Amino acid sequence: MAIVNFTPVAATIGGLLIGISASLVLLGHGRIAGISGIVGQILHREQADRHYRLAFLSGLFAGGLLLAWSYPQVFGVNSSRSSLWIVASGLIVGYGSRLGNGCTSGHGVCGISRMSIRSIVATMTFMFTAMVATFFLRHVVGQV
Amino acid sequence: MNSKSSLFGAFIAGLLFAIGLGISGMTQPSKVSGFLDVFGNWDPSLMFVMVGAIGIHFLAYRVKQRQARPLWDVAFQMPAKTQIDRPLVLGAAVFGIGWAMGGYCPGPALVSVMTGRWEALLFVASMIAGMFCYQLVHQRDELESTSESPGIL
Repeated sequence: MAIVNFTPVAATIGGLLIGISASLVLLGHGRIAGISGIVGQILHREQADRHYRLAFLSGLFAGGLLLAWSYPQVFGVNSSRSSLWIVASGLIVGYGSRLGNGCTSGHGVCGISRMSIRSIVATMTFMFTAMVATFFLRHVVGQV
Repeated sequence: MNSKSSLFGAFIAGLLFAIGLGISGMTQPSKVSGFLDVFGNWDPSLMFVMVGAIGIHFLAYRVKQRQARPLWDVAFQMPAKTQIDRPLVLGAAVFGIGWAMGGYCPGPALVSVMTGRWEALLFVASMIAGMFCYQLVHQRDELESTSESPGIL
């Protein structure tokens, strides 16, 4: 095992911003800033307070636009994955995040901060399966 | 609730979230893969993202516990479920596999859409389709157990 590409400062700064954002949502709107939940609830179409979610998503997209304009390098390079692979990944992430009622932001950041046993278990679970899947894909199948 | 400052607050939160994701490296699938490649060439950077985020949010939660209500709404809406159940573990397990496969989780994927890259667009479209699939399959269950759904923004 070798350690490569270590960027702890950028990662921590990014994390702090995410934490501030989630804290704003918590103390301002009284909710968990879980992205899968925000998107999932909008698909529900019955919620009265979808204006919040739309406003949040607008900000998310505005931030993305800002980054795309000024720091496109944060998006990395295109991978060599096939369309089929990407579709499968997206379907699985979409389904899994709703079934598990959260993702890295909802469970990993907000849930753990609340010391929710559900979120701790969920986070440990998805970290484990993600690492095992990566091991399988990289070192068994030989995917780059 | 629907006040201008409330909506502006949500917008700013989204903006900060996106910028945070970008700076952190979460929008780089190769960096995600590097983080998950614990047995190979390991890039532990993304661990610091969670540490940084939880560091702040943990404190915010402590403050929240002393508040009667949030700034822009009448009440807090936190997830009500406390039991570890099968959907949680199964969902998380499946989510992890998809995350490893695609290198994207929901937040970074949405942010990356703004680059116009087909990968991000295709991933998000598929992700939304996957969420719809869940809804179709579990519609009955969801309507019954509304205890957790109001907690998500």
